[in-house]
Amino acid sequence: MAISVKVMHRPEPETTSYLRAALSGMALTFKHMVNPTAVTQQYPEEQTDLSPRWRGTHRMEVHADGRPKCVACGLCPTVCPANCIRLVGGEDDQGNRYPIVYEIDEFRCIFCGMCQEVCPVEAIHVGRHFENAEYTRDRFVYDLDRLMEQDHPTTLLWDPSDPRSE
Amino acid sequence: MESLQPISGIWAIVAGAVKVTGIFTVLMLTIAYTTLAERKISAWIQDRHGPNRAGPLGLLQPIADGIKNFLKEETLPATAARFFFVLAPMMVLFPSLVTFAVIPIAAPLPTPVGVVDMIIADVPIGILYVMAFSSLAVYGVVLGGWASNNKYAFLGGLRASAQMVSYEVALGLSLITVLMLAGNVTLPEIIWQQQQLGMWFAFPLSLGFLLFVISAFAETNRLPFDMPEAESELVTGYHTEYSAMKFSAYMIGEFGHMVTASALMATLFLGGWDLPGTWDNAFWYQGQLISGFAADGSVIMANPAVWKTLATLAGFVAKTSFFLVLYIWIRWTLPRFRYDQVMALGWKVMLPTSLAYLMLIALTILVLDEVGVAWGFGYGLALTAVSTVCTIAFVFFVDRGRTITGAAAQRAQRVEIKTIPQPAPAGD
Repeated sequence: MAISVKVMHRPEPETTSYLRAALSGMALTFKHMVNPTAVTQQYPEEQTDLSPRWRGTHRMEVHADGRPKCVACGLCPTVCPANCIRLVGGEDDQGNRYPIVYEIDEFRCIFCGMCQEVCPVEAIHVGRHFENAEYTRDRFVYDLDRLMEQDHPTTLLWDPSDPRSE
Repeated sequence: MESLQPISGIWAIVAGAVKVTGIFTVLMLTIAYTTLAERKISAWIQDRHGPNRAGPLGLLQPIADGIKNFLKEETLPATAARFFFVLAPMMVLFPSLVTFAVIPIAAPLPTPVGVVDMIIADVPIGILYVMAFSSLAVYGVVLGGWASNNKYAFLGGLRASAQMVSYEVALGLSLITVLMLAGNVTLPEIIWQQQQLGMWFAFPLSLGFLLFVISAFAETNRLPFDMPEAESELVTGYHTEYSAMKFSAYMIGEFGHMVTASALMATLFLGGWDLPGTWDNAFWYQGQLISGFAADGSVIMANPAVWKTLATLAGFVAKTSFFLVLYIWIRWTLPRFRYDQVMALGWKVMLPTSLAYLMLIALTILVLDEVGVAWGFGYGLALTAVSTVCTIAFVFFVDRGRTITGAAAQRAQRVEIKTIPQPAPAGD
């Protein structure tokens, strides 16, 4: 295919009127001035529609008695490609494993959602949430209590009625 | 009617203090809200919302800006000339505020102790005072650019001086046509003569009006003439090194000049506070407040009223606002001229045109007076006809590639590569 060059039509200077062009420009701007078709989204008041595939801030599911569902199996720190999960597991008197330390660095996280996919007990989830601004950097390392306190909805990629996608 | 005397004694001092305080406050508020209007109108033109966070509809934005500018860090460049660096913003701010003193804002207000002129200082030199002080602003700009010790600031200052000096000539010459027609330099008398003529000077002096508006745009450094701060070329020109309140002083000065120039254009060419009809005419003539002359030359006394003052004040505000919106509207429509285009327009077009127009208007006034046309509507119509012809000729002369063209269309200025004739090869 031959390369084609588009030749722009430039009107001759003798036939173009600066004043008329300026006036027509002013008419155009006036139309917008009196009837602005503002497309700006008024963010805090109007929320964006998040995609169904949205994966945001993590949350930890809890049992009815307030314990985390996590059994400290160690799969999520293993699978995490960004290496942002720190897990120290422990075992109580009945032999139940539980996380002593469970931290997610939300700055390192790439929100791939693999921790949620790999979790055998549906404990850790990514959420439909993105407004997690803080005043200091260290506030972005979410510990276990903070993850359990999160109350935003979990991602739509996970269906609670069919937790294992069967 | 002993109450129709000008206010005097202690009451004159009280009235003066009230007027100074009131007009200064309103002027500062107008400047503040012109900045908001600029941001809002620019936003609407560009299909945005504009500032809408501070207060309802963003109406507290100027106050937020003011607080921000007070709290920001005052920077002082290490190599700046400290004294002049600090002095320069004041030299811009001061003239823009004091020039409003001679502009009448409404018809005289009757009070129980006498009639109050709605003007701070009805000085006999009138418009010359405005010209003198508005010319001083260029020193602040040049001094700021020089004292910053920054090449871009200095270039901005140089451009500002060149541009403001160039266009001041055309401004003054187009102003002289008004002074010739009004026969005086005080602004109340210029308004009075427009009332007597039966039409505002924008019609009998239409080309003068056009030249004055263009020059006023250049004088206030607004687009399309904002060479001094052309941010795509000069960072921000003369106030590159300024921050916080000193920068704010430059901005207040610029917007103050805009407001003053708008009020001045409204007064000189759109009748000031005059509204259509003769009901609001008022002028101090030999110590009496008159509204006109009867056919036999006797005076007709004016009948000032509070509602007339308020109505004319509203008229003045509307006319000034029209020019302010025009300033903003044009700014967000037209691109900036190139520097040589600005200079060419100033010296090669505006100056000769305003000179020729001045001569023509002087000649027309002389002819009309010699023929014996009475000062009135017919006089105005004759001048309107002459001026309309001039305006059409001017527009024809300026437009269509003769003076102003797009950058791509300037054939005359293009450098052609000439082929050098080669000597015939030897040996053939």
